[in-house]
Amino acid sequence: MASLDGARNEAPRTSLLNDPVIRGIVYQIVVGVLVVGFIVWIVNNTAINLAAQNKTTGFDFLWKTSGFDISFSLFPFDRTSFYWQAFLVGLTNTILVAVIGIFFATLLGFTIGIARLSSNYLISRLATIYVETIRNIPLLLQLFFWYFAVLKAMPAVKDSIALPLDTFINQRGLFVPKPLIDEGFTFVWIALIVALVGWFLLGRWAKARLERTGKRFPVFLAGLFGSALLIAVVWLISGAHLTFEPPVLNRFNFKGGVELPPEFVALAFGLSIYTASFIAETVRGGIQAVSHGQTEAAQALGLKEGDRLRLVVIPQAMRVIIPPLTSQYLNLTKNSSLGAAIGYPELVNVFTGTTLNQTGRAIEVIALTMLVYLTLSLTTSAIMNWYNARVALVER
Amino acid sequence: MAKVLFSIALAASLGVAATAAHAQTATSATLDAVKAKGYVQCGVTGGVPGFSAPDANNNWTGLEVDFCRSLAAAIFNNPDSVRYTPLTSQERFTALSAGEIDVLSRTTTWTMSRDTQLGISFVGTMFYDGQGFMVRKADNIASALDLSGAAICIESGTTTELNAADYFAANKLEFNTVVFVDQDEVVKAYEDGRCDVYTTDSSALAAERSKFANPADHIILPEIISKEPLGPVVRQGDSGWFNIARWTYFALLEAEELGVTQANVDEMLGSDNPAIKRLLGVEGDFGTPLGLTKDWAYQIIKHIGNYGEAYDRHVGPSTPIGLARGLNALWKDGGIQYSPPIR
Amino acid sequence: MTDFAFVRSEMTAAQPAPNRSSGLVAWLRKNLFASFSDTILTLLGVLFLIWAIPPLYGFLIGRAVPPGGTVEMCRVENVGACWAYIASEIEFFIYGFYPMAEYWRPNVVFALLVLLGAPLLIPKVPFKVINAVVFFVVFPVVAVVLLSGGSFGLREVPTEQWGGLLVTLIISVVGISLSLPLGILLALGRQSKLPIIKSLCIAFIELVRAVPLITVLFMASIMLPLFMPQGMTVDKLVRALVGVTLFSSAYMAEVVRGGMQAIGRGQYEAAQALGLGYWKRTGLIILPQALKHVIPGIVGNFIALLKDTSLVYIVGMKDLLEAVKTKNDAIEWASPTQSVTGYIFAAFIFWVMCFSISRYARYWENRLNTGHKR
Repeated sequence: MASLDGARNEAPRTSLLNDPVIRGIVYQIVVGVLVVGFIVWIVNNTAINLAAQNKTTGFDFLWKTSGFDISFSLFPFDRTSFYWQAFLVGLTNTILVAVIGIFFATLLGFTIGIARLSSNYLISRLATIYVETIRNIPLLLQLFFWYFAVLKAMPAVKDSIALPLDTFINQRGLFVPKPLIDEGFTFVWIALIVALVGWFLLGRWAKARLERTGKRFPVFLAGLFGSALLIAVVWLISGAHLTFEPPVLNRFNFKGGVELPPEFVALAFGLSIYTASFIAETVRGGIQAVSHGQTEAAQALGLKEGDRLRLVVIPQAMRVIIPPLTSQYLNLTKNSSLGAAIGYPELVNVFTGTTLNQTGRAIEVIALTMLVYLTLSLTTSAIMNWYNARVALVER
Repeated sequence: MAKVLFSIALAASLGVAATAAHAQTATSATLDAVKAKGYVQCGVTGGVPGFSAPDANNNWTGLEVDFCRSLAAAIFNNPDSVRYTPLTSQERFTALSAGEIDVLSRTTTWTMSRDTQLGISFVGTMFYDGQGFMVRKADNIASALDLSGAAICIESGTTTELNAADYFAANKLEFNTVVFVDQDEVVKAYEDGRCDVYTTDSSALAAERSKFANPADHIILPEIISKEPLGPVVRQGDSGWFNIARWTYFALLEAEELGVTQANVDEMLGSDNPAIKRLLGVEGDFGTPLGLTKDWAYQIIKHIGNYGEAYDRHVGPSTPIGLARGLNALWKDGGIQYSPPIR
Repeated sequence: MTDFAFVRSEMTAAQPAPNRSSGLVAWLRKNLFASFSDTILTLLGVLFLIWAIPPLYGFLIGRAVPPGGTVEMCRVENVGACWAYIASEIEFFIYGFYPMAEYWRPNVVFALLVLLGAPLLIPKVPFKVINAVVFFVVFPVVAVVLLSGGSFGLREVPTEQWGGLLVTLIISVVGISLSLPLGILLALGRQSKLPIIKSLCIAFIELVRAVPLITVLFMASIMLPLFMPQGMTVDKLVRALVGVTLFSSAYMAEVVRGGMQAIGRGQYEAAQALGLGYWKRTGLIILPQALKHVIPGIVGNFIALLKDTSLVYIVGMKDLLEAVKTKNDAIEWASPTQSVTGYIFAAFIFWVMCFSISRYARYWENRLNTGHKR
């Protein structure tokens, strides 16, 4: 096309108006001026409005004491903490629920996606019903439903369901003992890292041997047992102590232990269920995109059904699956913002909700929130693109 | 914009020319705009029974709604010339300062930082409130000091959230907050047992309790942990409009003090009491300086009644909400509602 | 008599008949009990159905209170869904606070939507162009005039009073009909060779796609008033519309771009060789093929938009879900299953709308399938 344009440039002109290059420049100048003008207009209006309301701008508020409390957070936070710490609590809570949600959504999504293609009529029908029901109902509605269904279904604190190992379930969430470790664990951590590195090296060696000699080596089993053995031996020698702090029923609630509040459970559950229905469709599309000849060829080679899926179909399907899967992961992360509606203290709830209200800094708070999601998005895309490029390299 | 600047300039020049003895007709950009469009745009809650909530026929009613209706009665001689904008606690102040609404009458607590930093002005205190706690009767809690370790349901972005944190810290009590963006979810979560305690202004506690299936299963603890003066709010910079809003509120109080009610207001036109004569516009003209008619207060009382009547109608002891007058009684009855004289 | 060893001297016994390859038994064997693991899966599935269906039936129908029932019937122990509650509040769920005396106006709009929309959706009905012009130009004007009133002797109904399904439908229909053209323009801009336009489009698309709708709506609700000159306000419904449409158009742009990238270079070159200019090339050659490729994606976005309307409560609009939530704690119907019933009702309405859109798209996909697909 470029050569065509070039050829035309040399041709004699009749009118400047019809020259695509000049017209392009004119279009761009017009659009550019309009956009810049629009932005200037908005900034100007905002400045006037803020001045009229006696408001200041700036991020200095982040270093002020928050004055409120957040009960579910990965690190200590109370009313004497600063707003930037509130921001961090919201951010980590968002990431936490997103990671958990992504894990379960992937698991469930792949299962359902493969089930939809099952030759078993009943199973594929059930999977279809699942997908068509879940993905056609707004997530917000589902979250309300799950949250209040969970609350209604669970017993009150005094009638908690006691599970083995000091685990309790009630309306306030799931309570499990909290592991407490002493200094001796430094060696155990080191052993864990050594074991993982060893496992990785073993895998590389086994792959090289497989390509050289065709002999297989049970990397997974060997790695698992080897690591477990190493860690166990180090643990015994170092004499590290692991104790558990069980949750204890107080007047109102369980104290101690690790608490998973129902807001978290409902949000993670709702996000997983919802996103799984989309991942299932992605997986189904990916598998269907692999030509049937591949399956037949694998059959002809005498591969068993499991190996056929694992070694032939899935690796090829992954190339089709990865890009839409990435956007599903991002959607899940963004959708976690709906947790604000059911009281999960994630970024939008803690920061765009409470902080914005207490400080009145609408522009700064919303800009920061958007920046966070933008960063999360770009990072996830970058990681997924890197993985995608690796997968794509396999192609001849 | 130009109008606002003009009115500010005018107000300033009026201040300089304060020696001028004759009554000035105040200019208010907001009043002009309201008169031009034919209705008052009033920001209300999404639904707090007794204060502002849609009734069975989807008409807005409540004590704070009655303030908006009073404004409309004073301006248009028609209390129905009001349009309501339900607002969340997040958007209420921006909605007001952006001019989306003319007056905010939405259970808003008067605090210094709000009054001085948000470009808004509080008109007065329609309702003296304080934050309280509601718990389940079955839990056998007598005092808020028993609440250590309790889970508390709170609406985000309110003074409530800060007060609760302050109170529990001051008394060295532990607590867990569960914060929701929307009031509906807060109540529902408490009702479903997610929390032991529901905290907000005690009037709202009573209002929400009236909506429960079994109101008797819940009690409101005696502790009031904060001062929550709730009142209407207007934009800063339009003193004419501020005066109209403020004196509408005072007229409601003054009428009660003088014993002028919706039922007897026409009789009272013939009263010999000079204070009543001034209130109802029989003697003197207090409406014109506000940019209103002479009988502005008469219209308010004719259509709405006085403060006490509005109170009894919406939140008083005979309503499901059942709040005693308490602090909200007139000063002469032991409360602190007090109107400067109209003269 | 020769004695050939290979000649059979006696008949072999008849072999058993082959397995039937048709009929119920064969179907069952093939689809449900093909192997041992299949059988186990089937049994698990059957167990699941036995576990799930009776309680579901009991809740939705068996123990449910039918429309017309009283609140006392809904308050008994172990009651099912309280359909009587839905039936008594149905008007609020459809119209929100719209004045009762004026219900005929939304009704006319609903009727026009069906009367004008349905022929547009059925391929066989003629006069598509006129129909489209009426639907996309005349109908919106009529709908706005009729719904908001204030002229032609109609009482004015401010948008604050609109609500329920009415608002959900307005936002979805407007959003769907605006986001596709806007998305196409953005996609063209992103593919354009003009650097300023291209980078603006990329920036817009990537920014919008990176953030959750909830923050876009927060912006519309909290920041927009700051962006406007003093005294200038934007109607809440318009804010919701703009927010949802802009959000959806960025996603639409990416879908359309995907379709355009799937078109072979030869198509562009052939169009140029025919002497077609940019707009003709795009409008007549590229877009028709590109859009056909990505119908599933476009429809997916439509459905997403429809579901996203449930978030407009953030700008203060009472959509269907918000209307249901409002009535879910109405004391007149306070009963154990009140809110669950409300949510199920809302879910069902959304499901019907989304599912029928996706079915309709499937139908078009098959219709347009001209055999180019592998």
